[in-house]
Amino acid sequence: MQFSVILSTAIRYMLPLMLIFSVFILLRGHNEPGGGFIGGLVAAAAFALYSFTSNLDEVRRALRVEPRTLIGSGLLVAVSSASLSLFFGLPFMTGLWYDEPLPVIGKVGTPFIFDVGVYLVVIGVTLLIVFSLTEEE
Amino acid sequence: MNVLLVSPLIIPFITGIILILMWKNRPAQRAISIVGSAALFIVSIILLLTVWEEGIQAVQIGGWPAPYGITLVADLLSAIMIVLAGLMAISVAFYSLASMDSEREAFGYHPLFHILMMGICGSFLTGDLFNLYVWFEVMLISSFVLVALGGERAQLEGGIKYVTLNLISSAIFLAAVGLIYGLVGTLNMADLSVQLRESDQPGIVLTLAMLFLIAFGLKAAVFPLYFWLPASYHTPPVAVSAIFSGLLTKVGVYTLIRVFTLLFIIDPAYTHTILLVIAGFTMLSGVLGAAAQNEFRRILSFHIVSQIGYMVMGLALYTPLAIAGAVFYITHHIVVKTNLFLVSGVVHRLRGTYQLKKLGGIYQLYPLLGVLFLIPAFSLAGIPPLSGFWAKFVLIRAGLETNQYIIVVVALIVSLLTIFSMTKIWAEVFWKAEPEPDPAYPREDLSLGALAGYVLPIAALAAVTIVIGLFSEPFVRLAIDAAEQLLDPNQYIHAVRPELLEGIVQAQN
Repeated sequence: MQFSVILSTAIRYMLPLMLIFSVFILLRGHNEPGGGFIGGLVAAAAFALYSFTSNLDEVRRALRVEPRTLIGSGLLVAVSSASLSLFFGLPFMTGLWYDEPLPVIGKVGTPFIFDVGVYLVVIGVTLLIVFSLTEEE
Repeated sequence: MNVLLVSPLIIPFITGIILILMWKNRPAQRAISIVGSAALFIVSIILLLTVWEEGIQAVQIGGWPAPYGITLVADLLSAIMIVLAGLMAISVAFYSLASMDSEREAFGYHPLFHILMMGICGSFLTGDLFNLYVWFEVMLISSFVLVALGGERAQLEGGIKYVTLNLISSAIFLAAVGLIYGLVGTLNMADLSVQLRESDQPGIVLTLAMLFLIAFGLKAAVFPLYFWLPASYHTPPVAVSAIFSGLLTKVGVYTLIRVFTLLFIIDPAYTHTILLVIAGFTMLSGVLGAAAQNEFRRILSFHIVSQIGYMVMGLALYTPLAIAGAVFYITHHIVVKTNLFLVSGVVHRLRGTYQLKKLGGIYQLYPLLGVLFLIPAFSLAGIPPLSGFWAKFVLIRAGLETNQYIIVVVALIVSLLTIFSMTKIWAEVFWKAEPEPDPAYPREDLSLGALAGYVLPIAALAAVTIVIGLFSEPFVRLAIDAAEQLLDPNQYIHAVRPELLEGIVQAQN
């Protein structure tokens, strides 16, 4: 299969940029447009683009983990953030916040961790679909 | 309390997550699946005991008060259903270890099973109509995959029918939810119960009731909406059909009971008469359909339909005794029906087919298996002292007390025809001399010891049937308590939004 030279060159620079951008979207998502779902899609799009220009093994190496592991760990992060309030005797999924805003990240609380879980699940699911479709050929 | 109420959701969810993380490690998956189901079963029993002792429990998820947040409510009916779900989970998970082929296990049978359990428990616990829709989707998506997993031709055919009909049902449900929100501006069930009772537009409320009847009727497989069930339930592997036959249609029945005791009680003379007619036709058409079948699991599938009729009959009669009968019937039916499917799986393992014509002579070789079939079969038909007898007894007595003689006669006739079907299976599969072996079907003569993984769950469920039958008193009392809660919506409302009731009391004064 012939890959476009322009795309394959550009993606080397775009992949890290898109990943950073996806984290940016994830972080601003609490009060502004953005969040785990869209951030996850952007990150998955970066890897999907990469998979257009190189073979699948290389993409898998770049991703480092199995998409299925991403799904599992994302769900685990989400459910643990939701369960945390149970240990304080509060109802399931009650939002707990750390009072001091952290530099760069901003206010941190369980809804943010939940969003990180969503971010991981979305990357995992999207890439699982992309990889399975690519392997079909 | 808080922890207890969400754990039937969190336990299967976390089990499912761990199973996804262990995707490639089959032995670990099998062990975790058993541990997860056992934990669910134990927690469900604690929940039931707590609810029975302390009354209806409610939790506002995220601390957002109803009607803005999502409420989880466990009344006795919910708690009973969760216990049954836990019991089915542990027995079918155990049975799956022996019966599920490694290919389906590799494609995620175990995680899907637990996500399905989460969807089922969620539907039983939620106190919010839209949230109920979401749990239905969780349940349906995992069940769609479970029906089609393996990709055999018959499975895909059954799967397409199953998916299509259930999507139509979901669409109607969603439309009805939208309309109800447009009418009263809330979806919290306790809130709705108050609002719909006081509604000055009874015509629209009745229309909505009929929409919900169609949506949940499709899921519960009542007449005339049951045709998808016998077309799909006999196609997937037997552990999957067992859990479907035990729990999925019963989720439909549960939601019918919930909405027609809590929400749409504005004109029972109208709505519940329709339910009664539906119940009669469901019983009859199911049992007559079964009489025409010659395949083990198809006969059982048609019998699910006819049994659903009995549960709807209890709801339709709408007296404390009748609702108690329906609750008791659900309890008995889930145990017995799942068990019959599990037995059919053993026969399939031994002879490679479900066709009655090709089977025979099982009793001569495996007398114990014959007995294990007879117990649930007789229980299904309602022979004393097994659980089915008491279930039918309570329902028929409720019918007589309300002078609904037609439905009583129908119920008794259907009961007789059920015996006919069960003796047909018995005569063909177990009793008659074995026909010439057909090389098309792989035949294996294993000892029952080698089939221990199959037989133990069957024996355990048969024991449950006998225990419910012999020591029926606490079970009947539990059902009656559940029925009293259901017939007094104020208890439910009080658990979720006590401030609403003060308004009603003041208005009445």
